[in-house]
Amino acid sequence: MSKFKKGGGKSMPAISTASLPDIVFMLLFFFMVTTVMRETTLKVEVSPPEATEVKKMEKKSLVSYIYIGSPTQTQQATLGTKARIQLNDVTFSRKEVGEIQHFINAERLSKDEDEIPYMTTSIKADSDVTMGIVTDVKTELRKVNALKINYSTKKSKDAN
Amino acid sequence: MASKRRGLPEINAGSMADIAFLLLIFFLVTTTMDVDSGISRKLPPMPEENIETPEIHKRNIYVVLINKNNKVLAGIGSPTNTIEIDGNGLISETLKEEVKSFVSNNGKKDNSSESPEKAVVSLQNQEGTSYNMYIQVQNELTKAYNELRNEKANNDFGRDFDKLDADEQKSVKKFYPMKVSEAETKAN
Repeated sequence: MSKFKKGGGKSMPAISTASLPDIVFMLLFFFMVTTVMRETTLKVEVSPPEATEVKKMEKKSLVSYIYIGSPTQTQQATLGTKARIQLNDVTFSRKEVGEIQHFINAERLSKDEDEIPYMTTSIKADSDVTMGIVTDVKTELRKVNALKINYSTKKSKDAN
Repeated sequence: MASKRRGLPEINAGSMADIAFLLLIFFLVTTTMDVDSGISRKLPPMPEENIETPEIHKRNIYVVLINKNNKVLAGIGSPTNTIEIDGNGLISETLKEEVKSFVSNNGKKDNSSESPEKAVVSLQNQEGTSYNMYIQVQNELTKAYNELRNEKANNDFGRDFDKLDADEQKSVKKFYPMKVSEAETKAN
């Protein structure tokens, strides 16, 4: 044991913490870069249903989102309580479902032409909405030939 | 230059780490690693006019009907059996097992599918069906196919389906193509 105690007289040199800020800054920049602030504020309430057989979505830049749900409490005064469809920042009632065609076409214009076949539409619908409105949305998507869809779901905990 | 002699007092950088940490924690907290996940499906293209839809033999079609009261009926050819749903809204395993035996029948039984390739699951819902129940059924159907594919993968390659490489997955998928037809909502 005496072998290790040779330098016992001198005190241990303190570990230099000079590089600590650098390390922390590196982490900081990583998180700053990866943070995406949500662009759209949700005007409808969406709590997706749970499922076990979910798959992660790839290529997020090629995904367009359609939200379906009843308006949030603050929006109910203007929008009522019936389920609505939100595209970007605007909501539409079930009768105006045709707007989806414009939305999809606009999304397509913003992408490269060769990427269009890989575009996916994610349907983020509240678990309480009825299939009537969802089917209307699906029909519109079929009309504009946006056939790849994804039903957004939460992964349930009791996955077996 | 008198000051040079004395040397400018260095700014104490000791608290820099603290400031950086503070910012770091802020971004850590605000970052939502929003993993989008869900059940992927492909919609059928809009039917062109004057084109007759190909007839599918009754034995090759498994109909699942979710009615407006969220009751699930299922059966080969026509929805005849009620699928039980427990108090928590969970669908009983019967649906999954029935779909599995229907798809993997391979012509053994006369009243079930001829081959996995020909087997079609038709999912029908009504106007008032809740989205939640619809997703639960979709989930069960996906589970049935996933399990079949997994069995096939284990048989052919001795590994689970997600451990196969792309080509092997493709061959398994080709053996068990997932054909879920979603008919239009029936009124009433």
